[in-house]
Amino acid sequence: MTKQDTAILTRRQLLARAGSATAIVAMGSGFIAAPDASWAMSVTNITEHQMATLLQMARDIYPHDKIGDEYYAIAVKGYDSEDAAGMVAAGVALLDEKAQAAGHTDYVSAKWEENRVAILREIEDEAFFQAVRGGLVTGLYNQKAVWPIFGYEGESYSKGGYIDRGFNDITWL
Amino acid sequence: MAQFDMNDDSVVVIIGTGAGGGVLANELAQKGVKVVALEAGARHLPDDYINDEWDSFGQLAWTDARTTSGDWRVAKDFSGLPTWIVKAVGGATTHWAGASLRFQDHEWKAKTTYGDLEGANLLDWPIDPREMDDYYTRAENKMGVTNTGGRPPLPGNNNYKVFEAGAKKLGYKDVHTGNMAINATEYDGRTACQQTGFCFQGCKFGAKWSTAYTDIPQGEATGNLEVRENSHAARILHNDEGKVTGVEYFDADGNLQTQMARIVSVAANSIESPRLLLNSASEMFPDGLANSSGQVGRNYMRHMTASVYALFDQPVKMWRGTTMAGIITDEAKHDPERGFVGGYEMETLALGIPFMAAFLNPGAWGREFTTALDGYENMAGMWIVGEDMPQADNRVTLNADVTDQFGLPAPNVHFSDHPNDVAMREHAYKQGIAVYEAVGATRVMPTPPYPSTHNLGTNRMSENAADGVVNKWGQSHDIANLFVSDGSQFTTGGAENPTLTIVALAIRQAEHIAAEMNAGNI
Repeated sequence: MTKQDTAILTRRQLLARAGSATAIVAMGSGFIAAPDASWAMSVTNITEHQMATLLQMARDIYPHDKIGDEYYAIAVKGYDSEDAAGMVAAGVALLDEKAQAAGHTDYVSAKWEENRVAILREIEDEAFFQAVRGGLVTGLYNQKAVWPIFGYEGESYSKGGYIDRGFNDITWL
Repeated sequence: MAQFDMNDDSVVVIIGTGAGGGVLANELAQKGVKVVALEAGARHLPDDYINDEWDSFGQLAWTDARTTSGDWRVAKDFSGLPTWIVKAVGGATTHWAGASLRFQDHEWKAKTTYGDLEGANLLDWPIDPREMDDYYTRAENKMGVTNTGGRPPLPGNNNYKVFEAGAKKLGYKDVHTGNMAINATEYDGRTACQQTGFCFQGCKFGAKWSTAYTDIPQGEATGNLEVRENSHAARILHNDEGKVTGVEYFDADGNLQTQMARIVSVAANSIESPRLLLNSASEMFPDGLANSSGQVGRNYMRHMTASVYALFDQPVKMWRGTTMAGIITDEAKHDPERGFVGGYEMETLALGIPFMAAFLNPGAWGREFTTALDGYENMAGMWIVGEDMPQADNRVTLNADVTDQFGLPAPNVHFSDHPNDVAMREHAYKQGIAVYEAVGATRVMPTPPYPSTHNLGTNRMSENAADGVVNKWGQSHDIANLFVSDGSQFTTGGAENPTLTIVALAIRQAEHIAAEMNAGNI
């Protein structure tokens, strides 16, 4: 990434401005980056606004305050494909239309999670929503890197199981 | 290792190598009977098993084309995955949790005990419970079941300790670490449980009994058993006299092969077994083999199931150790005062984060769901398994519009709860929640049934040929040399996890088949 790409925008600013041409240019063509530059992703088949919308949707569908954006980004990056582009364009347009009907500029501009969730509820039976939600079940929760955030320890065979590592170490009962 | 000729019509062909087929194959081989076992899946052994829920699912699960209908929630949330069973040598004994419980006496006589329930197609098993005592003992010894035959119990893990404390506070009397086919100490050349927490993914230590590394290699060692993996049975053949003569199957390369047979045993689980009989329809048997009663595929049971997960203000780490680490049997009795017939068991259960996300409340989203997962480290869980009512219209049929990878009509699995199932589940949720609230749960979650693991009843056993598919030996009423050896022969399901009963019946059936062969009757 160039220095320009890492221009300090908060995630909220980034997402709010993602629909405007100036913001996109400022970020470097096709880039979405974290405010602290800890991660970045480029899009080629869908627009930055569409990816920013997917990212916000992912957070709103499965909000975990301890899980950073990068994991949600990994979970939705597959939608940046030729196959998915049509569905994403139509889905994001529908979401923005519902957001506008509710008085927001677009979905990502709705500032409270509660407002965005209300918009999502309106489309939760649509194939687009169900595809995104269903994809997240594995796309987000099957990332080994997020497991420790939940305390989950993953495979244990290589460590000999838990026979000597606390399978019965509960103390508070 | 034995290798039999395709034209050798002296062999017994067994379709499936799980708890029924795998045990029958070994028991027959031990008696000198030549057996060809056809297994649709590959051979995976402990070294191959994967301590990762989705990767393991990809390795082991039966994911061939299937469809669903009926009002069960699985048909909505997992429409193409009615069951969670295994395609591999060893079948579902690779995946099962290990609970090995005997039927209660009255459960062999459900119709007599429960009476007539509207909408329930109840029937008594044509077996006296005392006939089963010795076979149960032999099954327990084969599998090394804990707390039986002088074998010690397993130690309780964290999930069990929460469960046990709640049960005792609630006044339940019969709570313990179960009768598990998991070694508490070394047994039958296999190590003791190392508490890995991946029972469902195949036990990498081999501490849990599975035919994949017990009965199958033991049978192969006799020189009388040939297991053909990646061999998917397509059709059972018969002659003009109405006796079965062999099995057509697709081999690993997708080529259709025909293995001749003296006897055929179907042990492909309660979805595939009736499907195979239906797909074997012929001019002589237009409704499918062994189906003069019209009962093939009907009376599909899946047990009344549910789960309760609970959050606490302190850590539990339920994923550590045996997946099913203990049981409460107080509610297993038949006590119609509770508002339903039959009973249920409560058994601890743990899922990892990947499966918890998929199964805790399928389709749910938003903070109600995610805050539950945020509490994962402080979560305890139990599975509830009870007797469900056989219903004629809960059934496996062929879906003419959907075919599998071989072009064979796929099975459709239709299921709706009986009012008795619903009443029992409501009671079980209430009691399961009470167990956890008794030890300070801060939040409880009544979780809906998963895709079915206990698939039963679709080729049921009956005294009279008009009422079912097979007789008390699992021998089809219509065709003397055609047998059913899996859970599909269950007349009713009982409250207990079915594997021990499947194994006991297979040991008993092997004796019958060998005797009948020796007598020249089949």
